[in-house]
Amino acid sequence: MLKIQNLTSHYGRIQALHGVDLEVNEGELVALVGGNGAGKTTLLRTISGLQDASGGSVSFEGNDITDMVANKRVGLDIAQVPEGRQVFTALSVEDNIRLGAFIQKDKARIATDLEKMYARFPILKEKRNQAAGTLSGGQQQMLAMARALMSRPRLLLLDEPSMGLSPVLVMEIFAIIEELKEQGVTIFLVEQNATAALRVADRGYVMETGKITLTGSGENLLNDETVKAAYLGI
Amino acid sequence: MFAEFLQFLFSGITLGATYALVGLGFSIIYNASHVINFAQGEFVMLGGMGTVFFLGLGLPMPIAILAAIALTTLFGFGLEKLAIAPARGASVVTLIIITIGASIVMRGLAQVFWGKEFHAVPAFSGDEPINIAGATILPQSLWVLGVTVLLVFALRYFFDKTMMGKAIIATSLNRDAALLMGINVKLVLFISFGLSAALGAIAGILVAPITLTNFEAGIMLGLKGFCAAILGGLGNGMGAVAGGMIVGIAEAMGAGYWVSEYKDAVAFILILLVLFFKPSGLFGKTGTERV
Ligand SMILES: Nc1ncnc2c1ncn2[C@@H]1O[C@H](COP(=O)(O)OP(=O)(O)OP(=O)(O)O)[C@@H](O)[C@H]1O
Ligand SMILES: [Mg+2]
Repeated sequence: MLKIQNLTSHYGRIQALHGVDLEVNEGELVALVGGNGAGKTTLLRTISGLQDASGGSVSFEGNDITDMVANKRVGLDIAQVPEGRQVFTALSVEDNIRLGAFIQKDKARIATDLEKMYARFPILKEKRNQAAGTLSGGQQQMLAMARALMSRPRLLLLDEPSMGLSPVLVMEIFAIIEELKEQGVTIFLVEQNATAALRVADRGYVMETGKITLTGSGENLLNDETVKAAYLGI
Repeated sequence: MFAEFLQFLFSGITLGATYALVGLGFSIIYNASHVINFAQGEFVMLGGMGTVFFLGLGLPMPIAILAAIALTTLFGFGLEKLAIAPARGASVVTLIIITIGASIVMRGLAQVFWGKEFHAVPAFSGDEPINIAGATILPQSLWVLGVTVLLVFALRYFFDKTMMGKAIIATSLNRDAALLMGINVKLVLFISFGLSAALGAIAGILVAPITLTNFEAGIMLGLKGFCAAILGGLGNGMGAVAGGMIVGIAEAMGAGYWVSEYKDAVAFILILLVLFFKPSGLFGKTGTERV
């Protein structure tokens, strides 16, 4: 479904991605783990189009989308929950969720999906009229998730959805991720919480300084000695 | 005594409404792009001078007004397309300098095409003053106030109730996240410049019968509108409206009770005071109350 070949990306003269090769198949849950500054966020932003690629290619369902503008990629059913949530702080919770369906013209579908989100995240329904900036970190994460799901994505890109959350909320987020997978959503999950991510993942990649250094099934990576030492704190 | 005060107040709120519209123009562009558009005053001038020009061609008043608004809106779109969009990725300071350049170009063009003379636009519905409690108000002032109130409500509706309005706010709050929603932020920028230009033009057309207009008319009106926007907290639409009223009324009172030569100084004294004591503006930038 998603195929990345020899992808490079720069911030000015600093190179953040050094030729990344990676693939995500339809229906898979693929995890990408790696330390601080490895380039995980840069890779996700290049996939969603927020960051320009300086070389290589990103293709989605066989089409090269390397140079497609970010706002068009939503139309391909790619959605991203960005690092740090990035909710629209001054807008209401409900407006945030509705903006997730910005390109959707079918009002009935939007209404149905909105109710679905409220059923899945009851706290958001309770706070629907509050400014998003007043929510706690965990609630903002739920909001960012709901907002992304409003576009009914077939490929969901998640950037550290568990960052800064309490253990209970982390479990809740991972439960939602598994549920989405059950429903057939293809998921590319970036996490520093490598244990949790690799446990739910079909396959995983390990990234270091802008390169993929290791790949395998989630289980194999969990048992890999170098991964254990570097990312699992074992 | 009271009649005199009322007289100053009438002229204050008329000026204030004009500054409010100009201030709103600053706010809209600032929200969408974080650029302070120093060509905003030239949009005001183009509105007034454009109307004079189209009237001179023999067009009836309503058509001349619409044509002037359309012309100015085109300049707004052009400014974004030709000067702001190509500088994508440049710093905000660079973009602001570009708008200063654009304002000089627009003033220069106006001078070349229309000369330096002052022109009057006829009042929309006569010059017969209306008596209210011993003071008088011009029918044109009522036009200024009425249209301003209407536009403020229309804008509030647009930003609070329509998805396009919310998309513009979303873009101003978080450009990357807006892109992820599928919002075409380039288009948002384009629309914002057009909308601000149209607002500026309307302000210029409304006051032209009261204040006269020439190629430089936008400098002072632009600066006062800028003061209104800063007073209200840059980017806060309703704040800009309140700021405009404050500047307008203070100016009229200053001119009436103090010395009229210094009336222009009032706005700048106000702005210095506010920046000194409350740098985020009187109404700051809070919550969802943004136009
Ligand atoms: N806006 C930027 N300007 C310049 N360099 C940047 C920028 N953003 C990231 N970088 C650099 O690019 C490299 C990759 O950063 P990136 O944010 O992609 O890493 P990451 O794996 O997501 O890290 P983390 O786990 O901390 O989120 C780092 O060296 C970082 O310093
Ligand atoms: Mg990151």
